Amino acid sequence: MAIRERLSGNEAVAYAIKQINPDVMPAFPITPSTEIPQYVAAYIANGEIDTEFIHVESEHSAMSATIGASAAGARALTATSSCGMALMWEELYVAASDRLPIVLALVNRALSGPININADHSDSMGARDSGWIQIYAESNQEVYDNFLQAYPIAEHEKVHLPVMVCQDGFITSHGVENILLVEDDRVKAFVGEYEPQHYLLHPTQRMAVGPYAVSNYYMETKRAQRQAMLEAKQVILDVAARFEEMTGRRYGFFEAYRMEDAACAIVLIGSAAGTCKAAVDHIRNTTGKKVGLIKIRVFRPFPEEELAQALAGVEAVAVLDRSEMFSGTSGPLGAEVRAAMYQARCKAEVVNYFYGLGGRDITVSDFEAVYDGLETLARTHEVTDMYRYIGLREA
Amino acid sequence: MEKIQDRINEQSPWQQITEGNKIFEPATSRAFCTGEWRTAAPVWDREKCRQCLLCTPVCPDSSIPVHEGKREDFDYDHCKGCGICARVCPFDAIRMDDKN
Amino acid sequence: MVVQMKDTVEIRWHGRGGQGAKTAALLLADVAFKTGKYVQGFPEYGPERMGAPITAYNRISSSPITIHSNIYEPDYVVVVDESLLDSIDVTRGLKESGAVIINSERTREELLEHLHGYQGAVYTINAKQISLKALGKNYPNSPMLAAAVAVSNVMDKNEFLKEMKTSFQHKFAKKPEVIAGNMLALEMAFHEAS
Repeated sequence: MAIRERLSGNEAVAYAIKQINPDVMPAFPITPSTEIPQYVAAYIANGEIDTEFIHVESEHSAMSATIGASAAGARALTATSSCGMALMWEELYVAASDRLPIVLALVNRALSGPININADHSDSMGARDSGWIQIYAESNQEVYDNFLQAYPIAEHEKVHLPVMVCQDGFITSHGVENILLVEDDRVKAFVGEYEPQHYLLHPTQRMAVGPYAVSNYYMETKRAQRQAMLEAKQVILDVAARFEEMTGRRYGFFEAYRMEDAACAIVLIGSAAGTCKAAVDHIRNTTGKKVGLIKIRVFRPFPEEELAQALAGVEAVAVLDRSEMFSGTSGPLGAEVRAAMYQARCKAEVVNYFYGLGGRDITVSDFEAVYDGLETLARTHEVTDMYRYIGLREA
Repeated sequence: MEKIQDRINEQSPWQQITEGNKIFEPATSRAFCTGEWRTAAPVWDREKCRQCLLCTPVCPDSSIPVHEGKREDFDYDHCKGCGICARVCPFDAIRMDDKN
Repeated sequence: MVVQMKDTVEIRWHGRGGQGAKTAALLLADVAFKTGKYVQGFPEYGPERMGAPITAYNRISSSPITIHSNIYEPDYVVVVDESLLDSIDVTRGLKESGAVIINSERTREELLEHLHGYQGAVYTINAKQISLKALGKNYPNSPMLAAAVAVSNVMDKNEFLKEMKTSFQHKFAKKPEVIAGNMLALEMAFHEAS
């Protein structure tokens, strides 16, 4: 029997950490993720878990210490947001190339400047090329569930890659919602004990981590790293299947919401998906128009073929980006979805929207307007404005 | 015992590179002959040498072996020819030979 | 028009940082959760400073809630600090079928001129007086919470009081002497708003 609770997204992640009782957590506070280490520190102070908490002087040190702990053989994690992750930048790449199964609880917040504390995906999207697996959540339930699945994915022998468990700052991190928790013993059985084969504190085995690799080795190393990312796809699905057996909640690379017969589809990431679902339901119930939603859960590795397949029968697609990449054209999700669709020779017209930057709210009626635009696009096949904004003030 | 360089070298395909380039044996730097980098070689004059041992601690590559309190000839597999030993020797017992 | 999920009550709270408006919204989510509802309680974060205007929201429903946007056409608005009436249009988007509940010593008639012609129900609660009488201190958020429940009818009075008592017993485990006063404040506010 699941435990019925109401928690904020930060409380949900902290609770998952408590249930897993990892070995080491170095962390440095930053809004809106601060509560996660704060709650974990309280669990430790109350004697509920025996995680070693390391007070570090910066996020650069937080990720460095997490890497050190993980290489030493500990199950390690940290939490951060925005500029905190930007300060971890070089270590993010090191964690991935050293193939360390670290978990990072990321509470998405806009990167400066201008300085802003609210949700967008510019922090994690900027780190999309760092070699981390990235899993995003719509709700508090999902971020909790994703966190429980993170170590089994990261620590799988075919993967050995760090995992970023992302949720939208304030929207889910500070919003209290109903949630179903898994019992402690079942979490422990699901996540399992961490038994690394190689680690620095091994009593007899010797090991060197992170050696210099000249050009004669670097490219082969990167190819091997890519292979781990490819292998991660099946592992992510296997872990999700095991999770579904335990909880009845189903996860994949993305959620296809009312896509069976959809002619117009929105593709997006994160908490806005819930608002979009309300728009889909409302449009279908009141007009019968065939609209659907694809909510990306796993952005790294990118489920290119699966996504193209899910969009194969669609006439018009709007890809919604919650971060800029200043290519002057699309956002990061827009570019990748379009590439996937081009490769699969999908026939649908595609437009790209920017929304929610720096926490700008997005409503059910905003989504209804996007679906209206898609309907016209499906009929006329005339793309007049490929890159658009939702909720932008314009003269 | 099989050494790492027998299994992984500059001809190895990516499938054979260890995960994250991790190295599972100690002191592998011995197998890396930095002596190949040398453009000038130190030459030890045993007659002039008084075994003061000022040269050994300054060698960046631990290439002046000491046995029972006395230095022996250079380890040319690892000496990079930096010349610091020749500079510190008070007795002109080490000269740099650019013919290597 | 704003789409609202069936059976969902939406509430917007206006207060100032440090007055407990966010806490009141979270408490309301808490008690509604305990009576079996699906709930959301979330703040809208601006500058995190004492005295700065803050907004918090509740959605309470008998079915799961997926919407993650702020609330623009609430069923009820609760104003914890009446000084906000001069700077913020608190009834903006508020449904005429709903109500605004204001913490004030002034009468409904005196407040109407600040409400931009709002035609729906207006309730005033003297939360300061209630709090001073019941607790000896000015903690307006508990009376305002009770008033919100009384006016919105999101749950039964007895159920609400029972859950609040449990919650106070937990919260004030080391100061049981303040529980009775807090319960009295809720009762008084409930009475005044009903």
